[in-house]
Amino acid sequence: MSLRLTDVGYRYAGTTVPVLTGVSLEVRRGQVVGLVGPNDAGKSTLCLVAAGLAPGSIGGSLEGSVLLDGRETRELRPHEAAQRCGILFQNPATQLSGTAPTVYEEIAFGPRNLGLSVAEIVGRVDGAVATLGIRGLVERDPHRLSGGESQLVALASVMAMRPAVLVLDEPTSQLDPAGTALVGRALARLATETSVAILIVEHKTDLLNGLADDIVVLDGGRVVAAGGASSLLAGDVLPAHGVRRPAAVSIRRALEAAGLGGRLTGGDGDILAGLAE
Amino acid sequence: MALPAFIGRRPTGAYRRLNPATKLVIAFATAAIAFAVREWTGPVTMLAVVLVTAGIARLGRPIVKFALATIPLVISILLVNTFLFPGATDVLARVGPFTATGTGLAAALQATLRVVAFALSVAVFSLTTPTDDLLSDLERRGLGRRTIFIIGSAIGTIPRMLERAREITDSQRARGLDTEGSVWRRIRGVVPLAGPMISGALSEVEERSMALEARGFSASARRTTLRTLPDSQTQLVARWLILVATATLIVASLTGLVHLP
Repeated sequence: MSLRLTDVGYRYAGTTVPVLTGVSLEVRRGQVVGLVGPNDAGKSTLCLVAAGLAPGSIGGSLEGSVLLDGRETRELRPHEAAQRCGILFQNPATQLSGTAPTVYEEIAFGPRNLGLSVAEIVGRVDGAVATLGIRGLVERDPHRLSGGESQLVALASVMAMRPAVLVLDEPTSQLDPAGTALVGRALARLATETSVAILIVEHKTDLLNGLADDIVVLDGGRVVAAGGASSLLAGDVLPAHGVRRPAAVSIRRALEAAGLGGRLTGGDGDILAGLAE
Repeated sequence: MALPAFIGRRPTGAYRRLNPATKLVIAFATAAIAFAVREWTGPVTMLAVVLVTAGIARLGRPIVKFALATIPLVISILLVNTFLFPGATDVLARVGPFTATGTGLAAALQATLRVVAFALSVAVFSLTTPTDDLLSDLERRGLGRRTIFIIGSAIGTIPRMLERAREITDSQRARGLDTEGSVWRRIRGVVPLAGPMISGALSEVEERSMALEARGFSASARRTTLRTLPDSQTQLVARWLILVATATLIVASLTGLVHLP
């Protein structure tokens, strides 16, 4: 087990209303779990809690148990939690160190903080660069990249910490369609080529379609539904909680409702399969 | 496994290849002597040293920009000292209620030389030393990671803030705000710019600090250095000699032990 939350409740410092209540979920090695829900459902807070940053870095009150690779996050110092769980935020600009002249050194920033040997750092940077397919960026200035490229560099920087768990908090929310596609392809590669456990918060459910194994729906700080991605994304649970279904699913359902689904699926010219991709 | 070649890429040219600490000491010594040594010798000699160094480092056009940037300050120094020098009686000319004096003009020219020498010594240093080289070298010498980070991000923030200011100005303009024309109009244009700039920067602070935590910034291990910049015994000796000579010269000048013209 890589990440396990059991009956987790969380309140920000100075507040009395809990943002999360009785949340339980698991993300195993090699598994991708999509976390969806309406605005203010507590998704970003759950990311901070899962990564050990709440209450570790920002304070607040945590109830229940958060296990990262078998260790309670309460017992971990921030840099210890960082080696077990990497977190990627929405805004790529805030995740760059601002001190590295090249993408290569930006990715090496975390491993350098840990005091690793140069050989180990080189191995980690090369590994992250190869996994995400960003070899062509390594010599560039990190502040002269597109949004999608910056987010990939931020992801590579987190990967270089070699975490067992990755928490991605709406990694494409500030990206244009091209950037979203770029990050989506990299995440798909990450999911298939590594055994990292991935928890991904995403409004764009199209990205989760085909990427996530399971979906957890959060609303009002509570888990209101959880299950296999294919059934949850296609069912009625998401719209009931203010989350849009993937476009391909919506089109499929609309065509099926119009009695056209059977004529447009199957065979080499499977239009719906193409839409789903 | 080895680092890629571009990580250790060195600048070309004898002066640029000096260790950042050596260039920093030269810049510091030049600025300190220009300011602290009395009369003309200090500023004139140091301005000459800076210009020769700039020539060796082939800093033609870039250094002119730095020199031009001092013009507003130089003008104010010249005007204030020439016309308002306290106690001066050797009148050169009268402009309305103001009186230009010879003593004031001499003081103004001296102060101008000091300011220009100082500005250009900083310019020569910054134009010949990449920020990351300086930070790597300071880090290797034991400066803490937090100090290094603060210096590095402060330097890096300036172009990013300028970029953000441009974006906000463009978006304000797109909504009809007039930011062109007279000085007064430009000043008024700054007001709506300041709010988004400050609030944007503040809102990013928490996420930025959490992102740093997520990359092991608070780890207690000694941070690994990737760039080891060449240094030599000759440069080490030169640095100490320059520092000792500078301190001696300044003390001798200030205490009156040495009278320089």
